[in-house]
Amino acid sequence: MVKPSSYFESSDRRQAEFDTDFLVIQDLVKAYPNNEGGQTVILDGINLTVGPNEFIAIIGHSGCGKSTLLKIVGGLERATSGQVFLESQPIRKPGADRMMVFQQYSLLPWLTVRDNVRLAVDEVCHRLSLAQKKTLVEEHLAMVNLTAAATKYPDELSGGMKQRVGIARALAIRPKMLLMDEPFGALDALTRGRLQRQVLDIWERNPQAVMMITHDVDEAIYMADRIVMMTNGPNAQIGEILTVPFEHPRDRTALRESKDYYDLRNHALDFLDRYFEQAS
Amino acid sequence: MQPKSRSRASARSGRQTSLSGERGFPWENIFLPAIAFLAIIVLWWVIATFFTTLMPTPWDAFQANIDYILNPFFRRGPGNLGIGWLLLASLRRVMLGFLLGSLVAIPIGFWIGLSPRAMKAINPIVQLFRPVSPVAWLPIALAIFNLANPSAIFVIFITSLWPTVINTALGVSSVPKDYLDVARVLEMPRWRQMTKIIWPASLPYIFTGLRLSLGIAWLVIVAVEMLTGGIGIGFFIWDEWNRLSLSSVFLAVIVIGLTGLVLDYIISLIQQWVTHRPARQTS
Repeated sequence: MVKPSSYFESSDRRQAEFDTDFLVIQDLVKAYPNNEGGQTVILDGINLTVGPNEFIAIIGHSGCGKSTLLKIVGGLERATSGQVFLESQPIRKPGADRMMVFQQYSLLPWLTVRDNVRLAVDEVCHRLSLAQKKTLVEEHLAMVNLTAAATKYPDELSGGMKQRVGIARALAIRPKMLLMDEPFGALDALTRGRLQRQVLDIWERNPQAVMMITHDVDEAIYMADRIVMMTNGPNAQIGEILTVPFEHPRDRTALRESKDYYDLRNHALDFLDRYFEQAS
Repeated sequence: MQPKSRSRASARSGRQTSLSGERGFPWENIFLPAIAFLAIIVLWWVIATFFTTLMPTPWDAFQANIDYILNPFFRRGPGNLGIGWLLLASLRRVMLGFLLGSLVAIPIGFWIGLSPRAMKAINPIVQLFRPVSPVAWLPIALAIFNLANPSAIFVIFITSLWPTVINTALGVSSVPKDYLDVARVLEMPRWRQMTKIIWPASLPYIFTGLRLSLGIAWLVIVAVEMLTGGIGIGFFIWDEWNRLSLSSVFLAVIVIGLTGLVLDYIISLIQQWVTHRPARQTS
């Protein structure tokens, strides 16, 4: 049922010429000055290329700088050296073309669900008419099944619902790339599984470049095309990149019945264990 | 255990209960405060009965005040007004001073919350004047204005500044970084970040400042009016004391307390309305 295939075959839905250089991270170094007057190097020479429709998961132990990497791509933090290019344009500041989904949702508590999405649309989609903006908001609320809760305030929602608002807000402004910082990290296991399915559904219908930070191997294999495994910080580097050979749309049950899944999973866990022992 | 301790806490401050609509046994929320009030009245009664020269009993005080209570808005001559008029005169001073103070304090607080340099410049001034009793400004105000009424308003103006400045600055400088990150990712211009993110995010703090300011202003107006004279609830107290009519003073104390409660409640309603947040999160 699940046929192995390279991610290139499944991601030629957009222009093929961007396949290799949609997002390019080049010799990226991030260092902070430390107390002894020297420098603590967090990220030490990261090189990574992401295709236009590629779902990338970045996995590593906490403190390995994976969030920092995402923030640099998002433009919220600056690299010490090296560069990031999106469609050959260097990234220097935050931008709506690289919309973030935050681990702690970051919804504005004084706005309703609908207004939270609307705020993003208002800021980014200047060219749309009022009616178009409205449709865009409603479409994306419906996409994450939140139409019924549209007039509620974030404090009245469960964690899963909050993150669905975060995802609707991110997708509504049609970013070129989606950056997700442990988007399911704060959710309970059942909600997490459901929301993974929902996000994957949305992505499978409208594939785009996604960079997702996670510390959950199963989540990475289930959702991503490639898994970037990082070594421990400081001086974190990319240790290994795994290509996930399963075609989309994916079925979690079917995945779990395949031997490839367990080989991949064991391989990833071995990698993480190796670095866990080093760390402790 | 939990509901019990919760309503015990709310019995101590019945105000909180009525504002936040806390759930609990309703009889506890009504009867426990009622018992406390009754205890105070009984204590007053006992003292007044044994020391008759000291103060009137609650019943005597009530009888002496029945005219004031039934006719709060009488006019029987230039200086002889019902307690309702006096209250309105005091409220007018407080409101004017408080509004002027807020109009100055909120922008200053916003500014020093945004700019660490402005904070460094202004903060020493705030810290120096904040502990000064606002009544100390009265002679200065009288020297400037030469009139009682504007001077009283000026003192209330000064009173209303500090808590609002401090809390607004605190609110603005402690807007969660997450909200600002959202604004940055959406490429909001600085001006819109202020109006769309920083302003609404700091509104609860600003209202904390306003509530504190108004509360202190209401405390201060009584003292100011005792000194300036004229028409007002504060001067009424002093005047009645000079006429040895302690019963009226008791009445005024209760009226001042109730008015303070109502003012605080009104501002909390405005807060709910302005911040667009469900009622349970305010207060």
